[in-house]
Amino acid sequence: MLLSIDDVFKIARLARLGLTEDEAQIAHSQLSSIFGLIAEMQAVDTHGIEPMSHAQDISQRLREDTVTETNQRELFQSAAPQVKNGLYLVPQVIE
Amino acid sequence: MHWEIVIGLEVHVQLSTCSKIFSGAPTAFGAEPNTQACAIDLALPGVLPMLNRGAVERAIKFGLSVGAHIAPRSVFSRKNYFYPDLPKGYQISQFDLPIVGQGSLTIQVPTGTNGQTYEKTVRITRAHLEEDAGKSLHEDIQGLTGIDLNRAGTPLLEIVSEPDMRSAAEAVSYARMLHTLVRWIGICDGNMQEGSFRCDANVSIRRPGKELGTRREIKNLNSFRFLQQAIEYEAQWQIDTLEGGGSIQQATVLFDTEKGETRSMRSKEDAQDYRYFPDPDLLPVVIDDEWIEQIRSSLPELPLSKQAHYTADFGLSAYDANTLTSSREMADFFEATLNEVPNEAKLCANWLMGDINASLNRQSLDITQCPISPRQLGCILKRIVDGTISSTAAKEVFKTLWSEGGEPDAIIDTKGLKQMSDTGAMEAMIEEIIASNPSQVAEYRNGKEKLFGFFAGLAMKASKGKANPAQMNEILKRKLAG
Repeated sequence: MLLSIDDVFKIARLARLGLTEDEAQIAHSQLSSIFGLIAEMQAVDTHGIEPMSHAQDISQRLREDTVTETNQRELFQSAAPQVKNGLYLVPQVIE
Repeated sequence: MHWEIVIGLEVHVQLSTCSKIFSGAPTAFGAEPNTQACAIDLALPGVLPMLNRGAVERAIKFGLSVGAHIAPRSVFSRKNYFYPDLPKGYQISQFDLPIVGQGSLTIQVPTGTNGQTYEKTVRITRAHLEEDAGKSLHEDIQGLTGIDLNRAGTPLLEIVSEPDMRSAAEAVSYARMLHTLVRWIGICDGNMQEGSFRCDANVSIRRPGKELGTRREIKNLNSFRFLQQAIEYEAQWQIDTLEGGGSIQQATVLFDTEKGETRSMRSKEDAQDYRYFPDPDLLPVVIDDEWIEQIRSSLPELPLSKQAHYTADFGLSAYDANTLTSSREMADFFEATLNEVPNEAKLCANWLMGDINASLNRQSLDITQCPISPRQLGCILKRIVDGTISSTAAKEVFKTLWSEGGEPDAIIDTKGLKQMSDTGAMEAMIEEIIASNPSQVAEYRNGKEKLFGFFAGLAMKASKGKANPAQMNEILKRKLAG
């Protein structure tokens, strides 16, 4: 698959990254080499092989449904730029 | 020309675990902002999600109760999008390997006349586990948005139906049945005001038999009334648009509950690219048959099976059976009452759906808070059946019992509500009525049979409502015939 410069800007927008034209050119060549590797992998014959969703072939351990965490709001909010009435404040978002 | 409305529902059911799906923070509703958001919920660096067994177990319970296949291996994926109430920048959800596969739900849809219903089976496409996001509060703070992450990480089961519903009434019946079911099997508290049960409706219209039309998705409907109104409004809007020569664009819309309108939120052009991929922090979930069978054996008898039992064995209508199985508590109350007066299912059903329900509704109580016990109600009904009291007197016993408590038999005695069963006394009373109304008696005997009601009224009044109506009518008829 050939990556266009427009694709690079789209990926950057999805990741909320602002790229200059120069940065986009660099990202383009780096991403293209990654896509090259993907193309190489996709060329491998995987017929009859069950896909894995994790690199390790083990299953998830489950946690019992009990409350183990206590309220540490003050500690957590001491690292926040702005808080009020217990809420984290962020620039206004309206759908 | 006729349009067919096509509806599919996505329902978010908040699972009733005490801790979150991937952390040990509590899930209780209504806590002070951010006091129930731990490091995992806040997405602090270096944390790892730990899957809650209780959430998986509830998902399996649901799957089994809709006859669905439980995936022996299912996978959690990241759904990527940016929003301040989603601190990780992705929601942990399931994509191509959900825990619950295809199932179905059979519903009774009211026709709108006389409590008649028809049956319909709605196919369930899948149900998957995911975490809820936090809440954004746009009011109060000028130019800023406040974020409360208490809800972040609360376990949700998203239940997706096929586009099988053809009217708002069918969609509401399906949603109600699902709401009944999740409470019945104890996986959700069903509290819609608190957001424990939220519906998204996909609505499109088409000419019958033709291909599906373009759908618009109405988000976040948290009451059955809004679900009904939103679908009706949206379908009419689509019909008007197409008939006016316009076209429908795929879009996400919100229902404005004040104006009763649907309004576009975002169109397909800015539809999100979620870039799902398996979450490397979570391994595949493996569910063995032993666990599934253990959960299966713990499931209570389901509403549908009870409904079938009520109609087949007790001779109740589908409507009655449906109402009596609206919750497990209701069904238990009904069965306990019936136990007191066996063979009187219809009588029990009528009182439960009539006087009991009306009195509960008046005081906004639910059946678990009913001041009258099944044994007490059963006792009143027993006294109707054995002829001790009339239905009218029974209502009085009921009212007294409801407001003052006590025992039905004692109330009957103190209030002197026993029916008159002394035929001699009743005959004498009726003879007196006949003697003091000679002209009406003559008219009656000349064929004006409508006057029977006049005599029956007098007799009932003379007995102070205590006469057994059947017995009284019989004597009255005999005496009037002369």
